Amino acid sequence: MDLVPALARWLHFLAGIMWIGLLYYFNFVQVPALKAAGADGTAAGITKHVAPRALLYFRWSAVVTWLAGAALLGGNFVGAFTFSKGLAGIGIGAWLGTIMLFNVWALIWPNQQKILGMKPATDEEKNKARRVALLASRTNMMLSMPMLFFMAGGWSHRALFGL
Amino acid sequence: MKNPLDSIWGTIISGLILTAILYLAAMKFLT
Repeated sequence: MDLVPALARWLHFLAGIMWIGLLYYFNFVQVPALKAAGADGTAAGITKHVAPRALLYFRWSAVVTWLAGAALLGGNFVGAFTFSKGLAGIGIGAWLGTIMLFNVWALIWPNQQKILGMKPATDEEKNKARRVALLASRTNMMLSMPMLFFMAGGWSHRALFGL
Repeated sequence: MKNPLDSIWGTIISGLILTAILYLAAMKFLT
């Protein structure tokens, strides 16, 4: 067994669990919790102490996941992204993961900085940022489903997939 | 029409449908 792919797979899973785990935390727990907390005036506890920490691990675990995945693909990197024979399944997963990484850094994080007051923004800009960040986060949650389907099965079960 | 991504269940159902569409498209065009 080659050491680099073994370590890359391990790291890819560790970081990936943190990334997608925090994505599901945001969507299943924090968004509805903030709605309830806003009603009784306790939202600051979440926005000040919880959300910045969760976002820190969220955005950097996304980077580590992608880099470890690229290392795991190794010489198959280009073949996967161009859907070469036998690599199409994992390639679809890789493309979906890449789009999700883009959403984290280009849409979710910059807008969350405005929402949480890390960047100056008017109330109107904050409202717009809330909408963009929510939809980008929900888009990533939606994409995570086919991404995991193809990532989990696209490599180990490619004969079954026929991809 | 309401955006399905506004609700958790709408997002989950959209994810399932997208998975099926991508799978069928991949089987048709990439095999």
